[in-house]
Amino acid sequence: MGMTLAEKILSQKAGREVRAGELVVVEVDQVMVVDSIAGSFFKRLAYLEATPRYPERVSIVIDHVAPAANLEVAKAQKEIREWGRKHGIRVFDVGRGVCHQVLIEEGLAQPGWIVVGSDSHSTTYGAVGAFGTGMGATDIALAAASGRTWFRVPESVKVTFRGALPRGVTAKDAALEMVRRLTAEGATYMAVEIHLTEGAESLSRGERMTLANLTVEAGAKAGLVVPSGEILKLYRVPDWLYPDPDARYVQEVEIDLPTLTPRVSVPFHVDNVQEASSVRGKRVDQVFIGTCTNGRLEDLRAAAEVLRGRKVAPGVRLLVIPASSQVLEEATRDGTLLTLLEAGATLGTPGCGPCMGRHMGVLAPGEVCVSTSNRNFRGRMGAPDAEIYLASPRVAAASAVAGYIATPEDLAPLEEEAHA
Amino acid sequence: MPRVWKFGDHINTDDILPGKYAPFMVGEERFHTFAFAHLRPEFAKEVRPGDILVFGRNAGLGSSREYAPEALRKLGIQVVIAKSYARIFFRNLVNLGIVPFESEEVVDALEDGDLVELDLERGVLLRGGERFALRPPPPFLLEALREGSLLDYYKKHGRFPGE
Repeated sequence: MGMTLAEKILSQKAGREVRAGELVVVEVDQVMVVDSIAGSFFKRLAYLEATPRYPERVSIVIDHVAPAANLEVAKAQKEIREWGRKHGIRVFDVGRGVCHQVLIEEGLAQPGWIVVGSDSHSTTYGAVGAFGTGMGATDIALAAASGRTWFRVPESVKVTFRGALPRGVTAKDAALEMVRRLTAEGATYMAVEIHLTEGAESLSRGERMTLANLTVEAGAKAGLVVPSGEILKLYRVPDWLYPDPDARYVQEVEIDLPTLTPRVSVPFHVDNVQEASSVRGKRVDQVFIGTCTNGRLEDLRAAAEVLRGRKVAPGVRLLVIPASSQVLEEATRDGTLLTLLEAGATLGTPGCGPCMGRHMGVLAPGEVCVSTSNRNFRGRMGAPDAEIYLASPRVAAASAVAGYIATPEDLAPLEEEAHA
Repeated sequence: MPRVWKFGDHINTDDILPGKYAPFMVGEERFHTFAFAHLRPEFAKEVRPGDILVFGRNAGLGSSREYAPEALRKLGIQVVIAKSYARIFFRNLVNLGIVPFESEEVVDALEDGDLVELDLERGVLLRGGERFALRPPPPFLLEALREGSLLDYYKKHGRFPGE
């Protein structure tokens, strides 16, 4: 019987053929640590009386509260810098950006690699064919100390996306539809193996990151996009890094992209996904465009396309946080940022921003936010009764203009267009 | 006698410890006092060491934040029973030495506020005269838990269980 992509990668690493259900201990190619767990990480390494076995395989990214919001955080971040210097560990400091975006930009996730990160959205590395998974501080410390980690080889769910995205529909809408179909626990302990066919192979690296990012919201251990299209041009993809045609899957889901419409995930569960039109008109106080899900250049451009010549509705705050310094630079150079600022956007430092309610954009009681992020859990961005709706950058931008949840098609046409 | 704290399905890591109360936000000494701050603000004050947490399906979904279960451990929780677990949370529990039992029937049978006794070695839970059997976690994890936690296991043996 053939093997899934997860079985292929873990077999390659284990040096023997392994199948779903087996336990393996494998070498790890990259260990990613974020600022918010660095303190626990150092404590556990100290308890083990260990230092990173392969310093070049460890990266620390200061992104979850960057710049520091209070004295506790400032002290913790100072410790990160000092520790990094002492042990020769790469530290991506305040402003460099969101961990997953930064690691991809820096080439620290490669096809066939195993990347473990102290952030649940480490599944994002699956966009380039890496087995990326999120873990807690203890697992991360053990991976750094030993250079290895243990896995139960996961079973796989196969999700096939077919055809091209219709105009106005994005990878985020496709990802939300995937989570809806799988449900929040549908892929628990499993790998989601994503196949792009019949035109869907043209999805960019960034769009694949959005898909892989959201797989963890279905409980997945890893979200592996079978390499194709742009990935083959950007990376050296090993010959073995493909699933066998007769691999066995627990479940198979097919999503026809041409039939999709804009989607919104409604509070307080990510898999509570509806058509954007069904929640249209919901009042909005804050719109947040950014995060590891949708803070890339293409996302900011999509928002700018909607916002060009328009203004954010009175009383609505539009926060834009580019996913990385590289994105910020490119969006500055090509004029995207100016368009966003002219529309009334507020710009934040590249990083995670308000995604988990720690600073920059905390929601007051009763407030409603449309966010391009990946979680709408109760209380996540501030007050327990504040509501978070997850959407694409296009829907987020249109909602900022309308003052209520809307798609760009719902907005009044621009004057020039109206006269044309 | 240990008390049962029962929660529903899909309790996520933001419910267990809201992100704004992470140790590096509020300090190592007090982050655990914010456990379930939104969901059950009285929890951290009233819970006693040895009390048992009971969850429904997909317990601990969401973030990889280990300080969510760490807050529970700091409050003296040694045992969790759930219908099912989210993956990262399950690993984190074992890594911290909290024993994760899985049982639909036991979760359904238990009520919030029940007073129970637990024989961890035999996996037997007693409520009054009633007896519930709890299936122990898989051998690999049990091996780690015998040393306290996975961290302790690795420290002692210099390898992972089964390696």
